[in-house]
Amino acid sequence: MVKSLRDSYSIWWADLRILRHLWLRFLVTSLMSPVLYLLAFGFGLGRGIRVGGVSYLEFVIPGIIALTAMNTSFNGAGMKLNVDRLYYKCFDELMMAPVSPLALILGKSLIGVLRGLVVSLAFLSLGLALSPMRVSPLFGLSLLLTCFTFSFMGVLAALLARSHQDMATLSSVILMPMTFLGGTFFPLENLPGWLKLILHLMPLTYSSQCLRAEALGEAFPWPSFLILLGFGMISFSACLLALRRASL
Amino acid sequence: MIVIENLTKLYGKVKALDRLNLEVYPGEIFGFLGPNGAGKTTTIRILTTLTKPTSGHARIDGFDVVSQPSEVKKKFGVVQQHLSLDRELTAWEVMELHARLHGLSPSERRRRIEQMLDYVGLGDQACRTVEELSGGMKRRLMIARALLHEPKLILLDEPTVGLDAQTRRRLWELIRRLNADGATIFLTTHYIEEAEALCHRVGIIHLGKLIALGKPSDLRRRLGAITVETFSNGRVCYHHFPDAEEAKSFVRGLPSEVKNILIRETSLEDVFIELTGRKVKEDEDGKIAQG
Repeated sequence: MVKSLRDSYSIWWADLRILRHLWLRFLVTSLMSPVLYLLAFGFGLGRGIRVGGVSYLEFVIPGIIALTAMNTSFNGAGMKLNVDRLYYKCFDELMMAPVSPLALILGKSLIGVLRGLVVSLAFLSLGLALSPMRVSPLFGLSLLLTCFTFSFMGVLAALLARSHQDMATLSSVILMPMTFLGGTFFPLENLPGWLKLILHLMPLTYSSQCLRAEALGEAFPWPSFLILLGFGMISFSACLLALRRASL
Repeated sequence: MIVIENLTKLYGKVKALDRLNLEVYPGEIFGFLGPNGAGKTTTIRILTTLTKPTSGHARIDGFDVVSQPSEVKKKFGVVQQHLSLDRELTAWEVMELHARLHGLSPSERRRRIEQMLDYVGLGDQACRTVEELSGGMKRRLMIARALLHEPKLILLDEPTVGLDAQTRRRLWELIRRLNADGATIFLTTHYIEEAEALCHRVGIIHLGKLIALGKPSDLRRRLGAITVETFSNGRVCYHHFPDAEEAKSFVRGLPSEVKNILIRETSLEDVFIELTGRKVKEDEDGKIAQG
């Protein structure tokens, strides 16, 4: 176990070395869409609207944080791995190194987790300047879990993709519906039953619920947290299976 | 060092390997020779645990590649046919990652990385990113990485493909030096002169089957040490003889319309053509599929 963690760190270390040169550009690129969402929905569309007793701005900021964590983690882990595997071919080198499958998946996910956390926290500080939020340990924990879950999903997509186009397809098929439906921009109450059902199949919905409840000082939705944890564990296990399939 | 027993690999209905049996002895340079698509890379992928065989067994230093992959992974260093480097890392970082994953201590890492980069002549390139290195340098970096953890067995898949003549010679020297320093070398190639120049023993693989095995000189002798090439009716014919006398008397007896007669020593390529009915280089160019 100790060796696996050390190996994960080594894999992460190499990805960090690359990010070192690019971090400013990465931050600007990744903050672009959440800031635009904030302007378009928070200030544009949602002005003057109140949702469940709070202003729309207060409502939407935690949702955008969840959304940002999802997108940045998924792509942060998945895109590089996809390139490593199909273009640089250097993922083969990791597969041939004396490293456990667990260390390999975890190691390749960590860069996504870090990217997700950094961008979310940058956006959070912007959000705090605009509206009050409760940033508690449970808020942090939910954010971390969100980053891990979507990093694992990014790794999974990268392991399953047979081409760069596949990766782009997987990325939009998985992320786009959640971006607009995952409880970021509107509350789940009062939706038609079938749409509610679809929303409840999306991990981002649970992530939004956890982050929003904490930020607005409501009771923490433990069932949502546990379901998100479930999504994370299933994604991780699926990664291990996909890795085994990769060596057939 | 390597024991392969009845190794078979099916990709759908295509047999990439067909009950392959082979042993590579400690301390030798073994050449695995065959045209593209013969099964060479599949063999390397199975030995390096990247691909699972359909049936049969392969062992490296006594450890089974399927049931004991973590032991096997410590034994070999491999240079793949394709570049397999993270182009955004520097040469040093590529080495550092490999060293960490093989569990070298920090002081050991530093010493080995410096030593290996010097060994392949990249000592002054450590801080450049892979992207900035030339093709030959990238290939040498891959070799340095493969050597980093001092493996007993070095697997080289088409190590000199796409390199210019000088770089290729430098690599040959390096391979000989490695072998002299005690490593067993298993290399695949479709360059026959490479097998001839480097290898103590060669195995010729064709359509997933081993069709010849032995020292290059023995294989040549088995076919006949002297070859006569004749050109008539627009095609070249090869005739093999055990010695020059028999070759000469054959030439004397040829009808006068046969021209462009060439008497020369038999090469490994002749052995290959005889056995496979294919000329490797022409096959490579895609001009003649079946000879």
